[in-house]
Amino acid sequence: MTDIAIRVTDLHKAYGQLAVLQGVEFAVEPGRIFALLGSNGAGKTTLIKILSTLLRPDRGTAIVGGFDVVSQPAQVRQSISLTGQFAAVDELLTGRENLMMIARLRHLQQPRQVADELLARFGLSEAANRRVATYSGGMRRRLDLAMSLAGRPPIMFLDEPTTGLDPEGRLEVWKVVKELAEGGRTVFLTTQYLDEAEQLADHIAILHQGKIIASGTLRELKQLFPAARVEYVEKQPTLEEIFLAIIGKKESC
Amino acid sequence: MEMIQKQDAAQHHFFSDLSVMLGRSLRHIFRSMDTIITATITPIGLMLLFVYVFGGAIQSGAGNYVNYVLPGIFLVAIASGTSYTSLRLFTDVQRGIMERFRSMPIASSTLLWGHVLASLVFNAISLLVIMLVALLMGFRSSAGLLPWLAVVAMLALVTLAFTWLAVIPGLTARSIDGAAAFAYPLIFLPFISSAFVPTRSMPPVVRAFAENQPMTAIVNTIRALLAGEPAPHEIWIALAWCVGMLLVASFLALRVYKKRVS
Repeated sequence: MTDIAIRVTDLHKAYGQLAVLQGVEFAVEPGRIFALLGSNGAGKTTLIKILSTLLRPDRGTAIVGGFDVVSQPAQVRQSISLTGQFAAVDELLTGRENLMMIARLRHLQQPRQVADELLARFGLSEAANRRVATYSGGMRRRLDLAMSLAGRPPIMFLDEPTTGLDPEGRLEVWKVVKELAEGGRTVFLTTQYLDEAEQLADHIAILHQGKIIASGTLRELKQLFPAARVEYVEKQPTLEEIFLAIIGKKESC
Repeated sequence: MEMIQKQDAAQHHFFSDLSVMLGRSLRHIFRSMDTIITATITPIGLMLLFVYVFGGAIQSGAGNYVNYVLPGIFLVAIASGTSYTSLRLFTDVQRGIMERFRSMPIASSTLLWGHVLASLVFNAISLLVIMLVALLMGFRSSAGLLPWLAVVAMLALVTLAFTWLAVIPGLTARSIDGAAAFAYPLIFLPFISSAFVPTRSMPPVVRAFAENQPMTAIVNTIRALLAGEPAPHEIWIALAWCVGMLLVASFLALRVYKKRVS
């Protein structure tokens, strides 16, 4: 396994006639934040479901944490956690109960201690004994992330982690994600917010019409953009412009 | 080598995973007691209606009509009680909790078994409530311990069979109404059986259906056992139906569940 956390080769997936992934390839180095950028319906969630063993690809391979997602799903599940598009928390349980449930399912030695530590870290200690049904959107998302962190999986998948959050909630999540990566964890996140990728990611890949059409650091992606012209005011392209420009180029040829 | 050990681990934790899942589902039940009330109100209403409104006109041949009608009421209650399993599973799928669990290293069938075992507890409580009401309405049984145990076992089998059936819409339904709709035909089935009126009063075609569908055999068996009579030969037909339904329903449910993985 060693030097590559996730390696995807020639991945295909279709739903009936609708081809969603058409030969996706990329690799993610360990300890990095990798952002997969794409519009709605580009296949980001499909890809994340394949990588987290929920969906089988039609063709191609995906190696996560050194294991094949199709032939060794049990081993892949040992090294990952998945945070879906909507906070997957149990409304009828309290915050602490939710965390203890996950800690037990990860077969950790001291589930209560693990739960309390995570509650404190995510600022949920005071709400620990309240049912999640009474939590705000931001609190739910924090609990959701805390649940993903129980058992310290080395690779975390976050599917649009800030969708539906207010700006404050977004900043909170960004902070957490940065901390996760600083701890040496690999974070794979999808987003449709370009500034989110720009803020967080070490490496950005753009998924469009079933393929990765661009991939690199923000600096590398900026070089793909036509060189800045000298005018009265020099304007650096934002990632948004790069994104639109690349897509436009692909579609015209 | 390491691979083999890890694969073993998933099997190894089956019972500890199952106890976590069951604990979660039981909490759901005890924190939403209103669902038990909802699940018992319709059958209790039916029992009141049949005993105090229609009962006088029905020639059941038995002295005490509450005794006659109770087994059928139990079946109606189980059918409506198990629909909560559909609703709970549907919610798990919708909220993404199912996906979270499935992306974790846990014995995956425990996700369903937790719901199924919790359904047994849920229905046991609801049947107990109904029986208490029946006692107030004059239900009496002269059966000894062994026949009672046989009745409990048969009701548990029916509950298991109906619950596995309920798993299928829970996993596949597109809307919450669809998830609950499967229960309606099951709730209706006891009405075209010997549960409320003797089948001999029905026209030939209806009677043929009534006498050959599972509810009649199950109702007649439970009724005889509760009356302290020796188990009728129909008990074997009833058992065959229960075990058959259970096997087919659990097989289909697990297939649907596996299919969702790929």
